[in-house]
Amino acid sequence: MDKLDNQLILSSLQEKFGQSVKPLGEPHGLLTVEVDKEAIIEVLSFVKDDETLRFNFLTDITAVHYPKQEREFCVVYHVHNMLQNVRLRLKVFLQGPEPSVASATSVWNGANWMERETYDFFGVVFEGHPDLRRILNMDELEVFPMRKEYPLEDPNRVDKKDFYFGR
Amino acid sequence: MSKPITKITSNKPVFFDNDPQEELITLNIGPTHPATHGVFQNVVQIDGERIVSGVSTIGYIHRAFEKIAEHRPFYQITPLTDRLNYCSSPINNMGWHMTVEKLLNIEIPKRVQYMRVIVMELARIADHIICNGILGVDTGAFSGFLYVMQEREFIYEIFEEICGARLTTNIGRIGGFERDFNEVAFRKIEEFTKRFPPVLKEFEELFVRNRIFIERTSGVAAVTPEEALSYSWSGPILRATGVDYDVRAVAPYCSYEEFDFEVPVGTNGDVYDRFLVRNEEMWQSLRIIEQALEKIKKEPAGVFHADVPEFYLPPKEQVYTNMEALIYHFKIVMGEWETPQSEVYHAVEGANGELGFYLIHDGGRSPYRLHFRRPSFVNYQMFAPMSSGMLISDAIINMSSLNVIAGELDA
Repeated sequence: MDKLDNQLILSSLQEKFGQSVKPLGEPHGLLTVEVDKEAIIEVLSFVKDDETLRFNFLTDITAVHYPKQEREFCVVYHVHNMLQNVRLRLKVFLQGPEPSVASATSVWNGANWMERETYDFFGVVFEGHPDLRRILNMDELEVFPMRKEYPLEDPNRVDKKDFYFGR
Repeated sequence: MSKPITKITSNKPVFFDNDPQEELITLNIGPTHPATHGVFQNVVQIDGERIVSGVSTIGYIHRAFEKIAEHRPFYQITPLTDRLNYCSSPINNMGWHMTVEKLLNIEIPKRVQYMRVIVMELARIADHIICNGILGVDTGAFSGFLYVMQEREFIYEIFEEICGARLTTNIGRIGGFERDFNEVAFRKIEEFTKRFPPVLKEFEELFVRNRIFIERTSGVAAVTPEEALSYSWSGPILRATGVDYDVRAVAPYCSYEEFDFEVPVGTNGDVYDRFLVRNEEMWQSLRIIEQALEKIKKEPAGVFHADVPEFYLPPKEQVYTNMEALIYHFKIVMGEWETPQSEVYHAVEGANGELGFYLIHDGGRSPYRLHFRRPSFVNYQMFAPMSSGMLISDAIINMSSLNVIAGELDA
């Protein structure tokens, strides 16, 4: 079995998907690629089932909010090839304010709660998810608290006003 | 306060319409049920003693660590990681320090790495003691728990000697430790390697060949490796299914590649195998600690941090007398350090599985985004689906053997 290196991963991805997959660099040796929103499930299934890539373990799904960018949400997938200890990071950039992307639950069962958590905190809708509800926050919450515009503390608090501290 | 964003899906927990004649009983296990060992809820539908379907409700102690972390400098995030898996906080602390060191490209001296290995393996033993001890309690055998609990207490005494705290330790700093292990700490660690084996042996004798224990646990909640991998399981419960994935062995950090240890695996993936795997891991951790103690003796004494004054807080007595130290102290505390813009994923083998830190840094005072990949959270999602068809008593010991820690579940 050949050692899987980033060049090989990238070339086999681009050979299969062409312009849908764009490299974003290799921070600390971890190959990062940007994937088109439409292609993400195909790409995830491909890297999971391909004979040479074999990224069969879904490590993590999360999202990042970049309010200044045009496509302000980024969903990040980390997948892992355990046999050769190679990781791959896939990013999908989405338009706000109601971003949506296809659900990875059809590829990995473990994506279920990871996507629920991402929905809960960022409001990213995963289409085709069997049970997309809030998971950590209370059901009545109407905002998505990990978005950057949401303040850390409740600005309506009265006990932390500056005049109490002589400021 | 930001404007409410349109509601996208309904947020009501739903049972599938599987009970048209209302014959089934709905039962709440939790949020403060003794069997859950933490604050989380499972609403199950039962037919007699059998679970038909279930829904897990979590988030009761959600503390928004990821949001808080976006507003804190790096060294103030360490106490947040303490409170993830609070049974083995040192592993979380070290994982976070290593993530930042990876971001800042700090090289850590060998002696410090071995000290970290000792601390992490002690924490792993403390965590497995709890899990296996409580598993015994849940199956009705209380005494084993008491024997090993004494040793956990001794591990906490060692932590106290090293850093002053017992449970939420906040051990170490970015770049090393805040102080060297003192004589007493080394003596106590050595004493631990002597006094723990007979206790663990006695504990094993109480359970491993115990007929009642085997009947209760063997074959219960057996999981195939394919299922486990599909649900992204990691840690002892994945190894119990027969997959030899251990971050320490596959992607060594902190010089784990220099240590001689084995990765125990099970065959059936049931509760009994998980118990055996955890027990064996305690033996392996002991081996690692003994090797680390030997290795430390060969390294130059007194080295307990990397030489990185721009990231490592100077000693307090110098801050009050030395101008340069005062400047560094001020810069570090105010977060005025030069940091690269980058993103890092670093994983350590936590007591429950792969504990990952995904850090996106934009060069500012605090992380732009920090995500904790928490093994309990990922592992626990299989609990409700796998419980259907199981007896309540089996589901309880299954939950116990998953070792779900509420702090890590909810972050």
